[in-house]
Amino acid sequence: MTTVTTRRPGARRGLATPWLMLFPAIVLFVLFFAAPIVYTLVLSFQKSQVKGLGLGSGGRSTVFAGLENYVSALTDADFLASVARVGVYGLILIPTMLGLALLFALLLDSKRTRAKGFSRVTIFLPYAVPAVISSLLWGFLFLPSVSPFFDIANRFGITLPDLLSGDAVIVAIANIALWGGVGFNMVVMYTSLKAIPTDIYEAAKLDGASEVQVALRIKIPIIMPSLIMTAIFSIIATLQVFAEPVTLKPLSNSISSTFTPLMTVYRDAFTRNDVYSASATSIIIAVAIFALSFLFLRVVQRRAFGGEN
Amino acid sequence: MAATLVSARTRPSRAITVSPRERSSFFSTAVLLIGALYCLLPIVWVLFASTKDGGELFTTNTFVPSTHLWDNIVELTQYRGGLYWRWMLNTALYAGVGALLSTVVSSLAGFALAKYEFKGKATVFTVLLAGVLVPGVILAIPQYFLLAQIGLTNTYWAVLLPQIVSPYGIYLARIYTSASVPTDVIEAARTDGAGDFRIFWRIAIPMMSPALVTIFLFQFVGIWNNFMLPYIMLGNDSLYPITVGLNGLLNQGSSVPALYSLVVTGALLSIIPLVALFLVLQRFWKVDLGAGAVKA
Repeated sequence: MTTVTTRRPGARRGLATPWLMLFPAIVLFVLFFAAPIVYTLVLSFQKSQVKGLGLGSGGRSTVFAGLENYVSALTDADFLASVARVGVYGLILIPTMLGLALLFALLLDSKRTRAKGFSRVTIFLPYAVPAVISSLLWGFLFLPSVSPFFDIANRFGITLPDLLSGDAVIVAIANIALWGGVGFNMVVMYTSLKAIPTDIYEAAKLDGASEVQVALRIKIPIIMPSLIMTAIFSIIATLQVFAEPVTLKPLSNSISSTFTPLMTVYRDAFTRNDVYSASATSIIIAVAIFALSFLFLRVVQRRAFGGEN
Repeated sequence: MAATLVSARTRPSRAITVSPRERSSFFSTAVLLIGALYCLLPIVWVLFASTKDGGELFTTNTFVPSTHLWDNIVELTQYRGGLYWRWMLNTALYAGVGALLSTVVSSLAGFALAKYEFKGKATVFTVLLAGVLVPGVILAIPQYFLLAQIGLTNTYWAVLLPQIVSPYGIYLARIYTSASVPTDVIEAARTDGAGDFRIFWRIAIPMMSPALVTIFLFQFVGIWNNFMLPYIMLGNDSLYPITVGLNGLLNQGSSVPALYSLVVTGALLSIIPLVALFLVLQRFWKVDLGAGAVKA
């Protein structure tokens, strides 16, 4: 045993060294990850109860609420509507964003495409623009009185749909997220494509396979793990959409204060001062994110790798 | 016609080396360029829009520039005693200091996890890594109430501290240390009498530098883009980062439309530093999420 461990740096030195190196990370993790999660859990099972006349700060006390907050969140019409809205939003956004990212990544990987450097950098550029700023820019582009699209269409006598009113605002928000996210996902996929040794598909090309066939039959299956990861990260981000609708709110009449689940959490915690309901709702969102991610992973793995046995 | 368009874009020296089967494809190039134009559109728009005064923004053709860019910048600078530039400085502080501290903390932890054997290592790594999947929503609100109890909300600390630890950064640092810092080199340095922390700073850090740049950039962009945390934590608008500041300005704009030209100019000025940083460092953005490796 000693012959093995002397090769390892930690064995001869004090055992404290790795722990010293991990110390800042662990302390910060406990304070800003572990403690908040536990605290949210605790709050989500409590409620505030009025004692006596409920006057003054001593008039309220915190009592155990069981699952009451969860039940009221799951039966709250506003919250359920926001969940449905985000579902539609995700169904529009995720396939479009990942489909385009994959298309662009494959085109970048093709030897027959030109102007690659320019396109790659330009498509990735929106990743550097914060969601608030991109919502603001697109918000003005959607605003009929400012937008160049409306201006140009008017000259041809066409009236464009106002994406800031009615249900169409979901499309407007999806477009903002698409703009911000397509480049990042493209780069992730492109990096995986670059890692494939070219001799794998050079042989197929010599046998007469077209570029499209090579992409569909060889490249996409090989980078499947990257595609799955980008999909999971997209699901996680989608369910937490917050900055875009909050920024568009002053420009649109159809964004309520409970438009997305996170906006509902924010309203409960800070407008209604009901941190208990807000905690229960955020636990529900977190569980939904975990469940969806794992469900997706299961389904995809069965589809993608199930045929191997 | 299509062929001439494409060949004009192709460098002659390259055209010679390309085999007939790999001639440039007009279609592929066009699709990619349409994607690029879509991504440029809002940025081109804001360049034109920021040259217009409040009235012109609503009345003139979008892609005809006006002459008010400088007036707008002056007006933005004078807005409540230079509050806008305060927001920019705040953002630079949050993102710069936060990302730097995060890189140090992540690389130390990643190095310890990659190069030492100790009891509890697997548990520590698993727990830290699980943090990647924790959605921000269940953190931000309790972080607010926990920080409120020690009186730190509405201070710089409230935005800085929660964003230093980055599970993904620690993960990248561990993977990259394993791949790029040979244990033999560490052993040799130790034989020469170097202490562990000296080895870390003098030997491991230079070898890990491409990964460190990636971790720094990820965290920098993450903090710069973060809206919810400062939106929740801060009440005093002199502490706002640019995202929360411009959001507030846009909110006021719905009752005072003259502020819209300030918002537009503010948006343009705020993306310049990040876009510049991004263009300079874009070669470091080669991240393989699937394999978990960094190629730089």
